[in-house]
Amino acid sequence: MLRMRIFMTGVGGQGTLLASRVLGEAALAAGFTPLLSETHGMAQRGGVVTSTVILGDLKSPIISPGEADIVLAFEALEALRALEFCHAHTLMLANTAVIPPYPVAVGQVSYPPVGDMLAVVAGQVGGLLAFDASALARQAGSPLAVNMVLLGALAATDTLPVSAEDLKQVIRDKTNPRFVDANLTAFDLGAAAARDPENWHRRPAA
Amino acid sequence: MSELLAGQPGERRLFLGNEAIARAALEAGVALAACYPGTPSSEIGDRLYEVSRTGRLVFEYSTNEKVALEVAAGASAAGWRALASMKHVGVNVAADALMTLAYVGVKGGLVLVSADDPSLFSSQNEQDNRLYARFAGIPMLEPESPQEAKDMTLAAFALSEELGLPVMLRTTTRVNHTRGVVSLGELAPPPPPGRFVKDPFSLVMVPAVARQAHARLLAKQERARALAESSPFNRLLGSGPLGVVASGVAAAYVADALLELGLQDRVTFLRLGFTYPLPEDLIARFLSRVDKVLVVEELEPYLEDALKALAQSRGLTVPIRGKGEGLFSRLYEFHPGLVRRVLAEFCQMPHEAPQPLPAAAELLGRPLPERPPILCPGCPHRAMYYAIKIALRDLGVEGVFPTDIGCYTLGLLPPLSMADYLICMGSSITTACGLSRASGQKVVAFIGDSTFFHGGLTGLANAVHNRHDLLLVILDNGTTAMTGHQPHPGVTLTPPDYPGQPVDLAAVVRGLGVTQFWRVNPLKYKESLAAAKEAVAAQGVRVLLAQSPCPLYVARLKGKRPTARFQISGDCGECRHCLEYLGCPAMYVTEAESRRQLLIDPDLCAGCAFCVQLCDHIRPAKRGKS
Repeated sequence: MLRMRIFMTGVGGQGTLLASRVLGEAALAAGFTPLLSETHGMAQRGGVVTSTVILGDLKSPIISPGEADIVLAFEALEALRALEFCHAHTLMLANTAVIPPYPVAVGQVSYPPVGDMLAVVAGQVGGLLAFDASALARQAGSPLAVNMVLLGALAATDTLPVSAEDLKQVIRDKTNPRFVDANLTAFDLGAAAARDPENWHRRPAA
Repeated sequence: MSELLAGQPGERRLFLGNEAIARAALEAGVALAACYPGTPSSEIGDRLYEVSRTGRLVFEYSTNEKVALEVAAGASAAGWRALASMKHVGVNVAADALMTLAYVGVKGGLVLVSADDPSLFSSQNEQDNRLYARFAGIPMLEPESPQEAKDMTLAAFALSEELGLPVMLRTTTRVNHTRGVVSLGELAPPPPPGRFVKDPFSLVMVPAVARQAHARLLAKQERARALAESSPFNRLLGSGPLGVVASGVAAAYVADALLELGLQDRVTFLRLGFTYPLPEDLIARFLSRVDKVLVVEELEPYLEDALKALAQSRGLTVPIRGKGEGLFSRLYEFHPGLVRRVLAEFCQMPHEAPQPLPAAAELLGRPLPERPPILCPGCPHRAMYYAIKIALRDLGVEGVFPTDIGCYTLGLLPPLSMADYLICMGSSITTACGLSRASGQKVVAFIGDSTFFHGGLTGLANAVHNRHDLLLVILDNGTTAMTGHQPHPGVTLTPPDYPGQPVDLAAVVRGLGVTQFWRVNPLKYKESLAAAKEAVAAQGVRVLLAQSPCPLYVARLKGKRPTARFQISGDCGECRHCLEYLGCPAMYVTEAESRRQLLIDPDLCAGCAFCVQLCDHIRPAKRGKS
């Protein structure tokens, strides 16, 4: 019986909740009974927003430390912070673009070098696919489409029980009509990024 | 129009727990719903507001939770099904009404949703409102999932009418903000007009009536207990010598743990969903069947204490454990791994905890930068805080800052540091009265517009009447921003089709007897600083109304953000004034050519044009440049 726990983390305003919603809707359409949860607390921007997607015969909507099978990190530092939720076989997809937290922006503390953070993650998890998803989102015509880039990449890793076409159908049906074209382009760019061996910092064990 | 109205009976939809509750209310034929927004309950009201635009029900954002419950009570007394939703601390505000409404009883089904917040994702405390149901003597249902939230909401309306009592649907954040698969039922047709039938000697709680009503309430509780015995939400699962009891989302964690530990054959699982009054006979049967019991419930030992008391009264000596060392905590929400570990240890089952990876900070060799939530770029609250800071600095006075509940509470964080004391909604004004009276210090209290209408009016009347000495700054951004931009009585810029008549906040302040009054747009610095200096220097009760709309709200309504952007031209030297006093998140420091330079991030800049008024080095950005 399939059991899959997917953890998404990013900065407020990046669209982690929409990404989990799209994945959940696609799973529902494919016959699963997904469970999703959101942790956003206060409505302001700037803080960390996390969400979960649980697939399989599980009833718990959240993920305990060390139990995420897949992590989608929308920002480089948050990828490292999410290590707490990973295990040795976790597949992590990480955006390498940086959103400096406030204490960094004002020079109180420095932002850890992205290369160092990726090396740490790559040394611990089962697989790490990392690339600049923000650049691909801009290329697709919507800087907010990082979520679609990462979903496209995830679909292309062939780890999900739902297909890329299932996901794209949800994007067509359930996302803002004004952004559908950009979202689909972003999705495809993400899928292409996942097929580029250069972006794999650690290949998942077969 | 609303997703809640789409779909045919039998269809399966992916709904938030809150959406499931709203949908169930529509299937139950709710005719009136009222709320004060508060996370984690907000989406219940927001979805019902959307549906109310079709005329299917009456919906209102009330001034506070007490008002919401009383409006719902009135509708119910006229025979309508009614719903009042609020976060856990909102029930404190509504408690005065709730305690007596339990005596008065209801006619049309009345459901009170209390959304509790274990782990305080967005709250000032983590009180367990199950104790309120017992306190008030009203039936309570506790769902574990969105589907069950829907089933229980429907059942709650029926139960409320059967007993003539309000029913509490007690959720937690993890149910409200879980999105799960929910089966749709039939939507109820719009209800006919209600009719109130006079019966003052059972509905008007003067002492002679209330004495009878209290006895009636106790009798209803007995009937409720009988219903709990046969409720499908209370059930015994499996068989085995080890007993486990759980309610709410903890029951989901238990179910997963039993599956993953392979414990199904060794455990009798008492899954409780109708948790006030408790099904005592069912619990006694369970207790007599098992060797020992573990109670799995978040927050207070509500079930644990009740089970221990019941075991004593029935002469049962089975050990009952829940909270305690090596067991569960009274703090914070649970998670599946925690429940699995405690359950395995309690059942002396070998289990493999997931191998934790080394801590990220350790591997990196340095701590990870924190990412605290902050006031948004372009937020007018920041501009007002800045003017008050400068006014105090220039006057050479230290200010004490009682604050209140809303986005502006984030003024707590450096560099603003404009929050010194906070209890609850409306407390900024009243605690300011006591603080200034006792200390003689310069007290500047902050409150938002929505909070002012919720809990500030009575405090301001008190301050005026009792001749207190405080400056109240009302940070009016024209909406309830923190919970997702719900309207309140003061709003002029409203959501689509919102029918509310605006109440003039300035006139209210003056009407409460405030004679020293300033009104500014905080984004106009000269004006706001001058007013701030006058207002700080004055004595007695005075109010500074800072009015400028929430930029996120404006952007959402108008579908675009302002376009003017600003940049720092040339070398602004070693001055760190912006960072040390203003703290706009669009501003950042870079190290270039071994020199620190302040810059403005064009993607984050909201174009509010406040900073350009502070410094000659800040200029509008040229088109096409960043």
